[in-house]
Amino acid sequence: MAVSRAQGGQARLHSLPVYYGLYATLWMGLPALAALGAWVFFQDFLITRLVVSSLPPEMRDVPADQLGLIINDIRNLATGNIVSGDLSSSAHAAAEHFSRLQSAASVSIWVLVISIAFAGLALARARIKPGLRARNSVEKATMVIMISFSLVAILTTLGVILSVFYESLLFFRKVPVSEFLFGTEWSPQIALRSDQVGASGSFGSIPLFSGTLLVSAIAMFVAVPIGLMSAIYLSEYAGKRVRSIAKPVLEILAGIPTVVYGFFAALTMAPFIRDMGERIGLEVASESALAAGLVMGVMIVPFVSSLSDDVINAVPQNLREGSYALGATRSETIKKVVFRAALPGIVGGVLLAVSRAIGETMIVVMAAGLSANLTANPLESVTTVTVQIVTLLTGDQEFDSEKTLAAFALGLALFVVTLILNVIALHTVRKYREQYE
Amino acid sequence: MNNANRRVIDIVNASLAKRHAKERRFRRMGMVAVGLGLLFVLVLFADIFLKGAPAFQQTYIRLQINYDAAVIDPDGSSQPDTLAFADYQALARQSLLEIFPDVKERRAKRDLYKLISPGAGQELRKRVLENPNLIGTKEAVWVLADDDVDMLMKGKIDRNAVESKRRLDNKSLAWIDQLEQRGDIEKRFNSAFFTSGDSRQPEQAGIAGALMGSFFTLLLTLLFSFPIAVGSAIYLEEFAPKNKWTDLIEININNLAAVPSIIFGLLGLAVFINFFGVPRSTPLVGALVLTLMTLPTIIIASRSALKSVPPSIREAALGVGASPLQTRLHHVLPLALPGMLTGTIIGMAQALGETAPLLMIGMIAFIVDVPQGISDPATVLPVQIFLWADSPERAFVERTSAAIMVLIGFLIAMNTTAVLLRKRFERRW
Repeated sequence: MAVSRAQGGQARLHSLPVYYGLYATLWMGLPALAALGAWVFFQDFLITRLVVSSLPPEMRDVPADQLGLIINDIRNLATGNIVSGDLSSSAHAAAEHFSRLQSAASVSIWVLVISIAFAGLALARARIKPGLRARNSVEKATMVIMISFSLVAILTTLGVILSVFYESLLFFRKVPVSEFLFGTEWSPQIALRSDQVGASGSFGSIPLFSGTLLVSAIAMFVAVPIGLMSAIYLSEYAGKRVRSIAKPVLEILAGIPTVVYGFFAALTMAPFIRDMGERIGLEVASESALAAGLVMGVMIVPFVSSLSDDVINAVPQNLREGSYALGATRSETIKKVVFRAALPGIVGGVLLAVSRAIGETMIVVMAAGLSANLTANPLESVTTVTVQIVTLLTGDQEFDSEKTLAAFALGLALFVVTLILNVIALHTVRKYREQYE
Repeated sequence: MNNANRRVIDIVNASLAKRHAKERRFRRMGMVAVGLGLLFVLVLFADIFLKGAPAFQQTYIRLQINYDAAVIDPDGSSQPDTLAFADYQALARQSLLEIFPDVKERRAKRDLYKLISPGAGQELRKRVLENPNLIGTKEAVWVLADDDVDMLMKGKIDRNAVESKRRLDNKSLAWIDQLEQRGDIEKRFNSAFFTSGDSRQPEQAGIAGALMGSFFTLLLTLLFSFPIAVGSAIYLEEFAPKNKWTDLIEININNLAAVPSIIFGLLGLAVFINFFGVPRSTPLVGALVLTLMTLPTIIIASRSALKSVPPSIREAALGVGASPLQTRLHHVLPLALPGMLTGTIIGMAQALGETAPLLMIGMIAFIVDVPQGISDPATVLPVQIFLWADSPERAFVERTSAAIMVLIGFLIAMNTTAVLLRKRFERRW
């Protein structure tokens, strides 16, 4: 900037001075950041390769999974963690080598990054002349950054699909797809010894899906009538005061974390239902589908009601007035005109709510059971897809056992089902909106 | 003609009562639905509050501690190492025995020792390490009581139940009554709940670790998601050409907002942890997952904020010679910022309450230490609630509820800020 000013004042610059500063900053920052990012990405890989190649040959020539274990031990040693069992001296040497490499690497990367930064700065300085179109360059860079930001959303979807799909493929290599989709037995326990009973575990997902459907159906039985009726009441009947109080209070339900609902379902609702059942002589499991479903329904009420509120308000006023002019009462107008006109939007909203219920995790993890029951009785305990994903993946397991892979296969199924529901629902709602706009 | 008309009126009049009754029924159904919703809000809050309120008090027992040099510092070196590893619990036990000198039998002694928490020893150690001059002196110290004693003092254990079904036997009840008569046992404000990390002992467990974990996670989530969301919102709303690709991005974003959160956990596990090697259980990986989860929310809110800025602003700026990007950054963005911030706060509130994806990426581990940075293993408040809700001890129930109260307090504060922000800066063009 000083250079440019010396050459004839601001009037002769192409862009505002600040853009020359930004120009230099970008040249300084972006390449250096890129280098740093690339290094962080590859560092682990490189160092591990170097350490492995320094290991004595008898330790190197083992199967890949055992090598992984050794590397893990070395890494733990280097970071000062507790390691399992005794390790040979060569492992200790390797650990030292590892930490030496790591500290050398961290010094050298900073040197590298800083020198790249200064090289960028020097380059930028050399290029800065009064005629340089600094603003255009800076703006172009900003645009590229913004475009790459908007690609994050796409990348996320791709990441979800690829990762879940890839792990599921690994799973289906071990367990046939037909067994997963149509099997009625779910017991993912892997036996410790191969001659144990049920050693292979069975992965039929039908009981999980039936459990998910049962809980979701109960939830929808609660949520749709209450949500829809309160939306109708609040938008068509209630006075301004009632509306201004009741609406935000109902919205509170939407803001409560699901873990709180889960706690309520498990510690208040489930014992309450069990006691009620006992009083009228019914046997209710302590983790009944009913408790989880009821609480989940309450959670979804504000979702249904705010979506239907939107679509009901979008129905043009002249439809209502036409109906009143023919002498219909309010409820007749609502039932026969407004509701029918809003139906596509309401269906879309309900589908979104269903997809939400299917994907809901914490309530069922805390209040529904773990054992896979193929039943339609809401008083019994059932398990759901999301519960199984959580139980299969929490705790420490090997990453490539059938058990963990099964969780990804379930995740894939969940993703596909909810995606289909969402696409249909969003499409319907959008079409509906366009119709009245 | 006249005749026919009267007949229609008659038919209408005859059905009118029925139709009005239907009308009233329908109206009442609506009222019932709203009432049920409100009732549930009330029940939920009352339930949490009644369960959680006692957790803000904790039972303490006063003991006359004799800081016996023979126990704390047998070789007289007063090395910090010796002091740190001495058996302070023994001091507490000793003074309990002094209060009840007639307890001789080994079994009875063990029961007596159970009245105080293992945290008592830790408290004494802290006092000695802070002030080594205490060694050899005597002092009255209020120490933590065991969770069963605490439950009894709060009336959660039924004294009249059969002895074998009670967590405390008759002997212990008698001891506690004696302490109460002497004024050596009382409930005080539970500051440890806010200052200590998790523990297996309910009386020692606090939410400080989870709060710090949540803080770091949210801070990182904000740093990641806000720039990305605003950048992509500006691009998509202001610059992107209308074509298949941008349509795809738009549909994609709307769908991502409706993907179950647990799927994001699977993504985090497979991509961030297993592929990129981000350390498990850390706020860093938690924030990455939550960023992807909250991005759609913030992008959608930011786009509608940008949409509400009238085109005249843009035309005026372009008219006086601003470049397209200058127009957006200098003129449109400041006007849309309140709306964007509102969306961001709502997204952050969502992230603060989220549990399921964090279970997948190992934030469920039992962690006693309060995390100090973004790469320390940590847990977050909702996960802490989940962990405590799973614990069998009776005393954890009230702690869970108290943690929920803290969490909901934060959420309400955030949402109120969002609403106020919207009200304050809302502009009708």
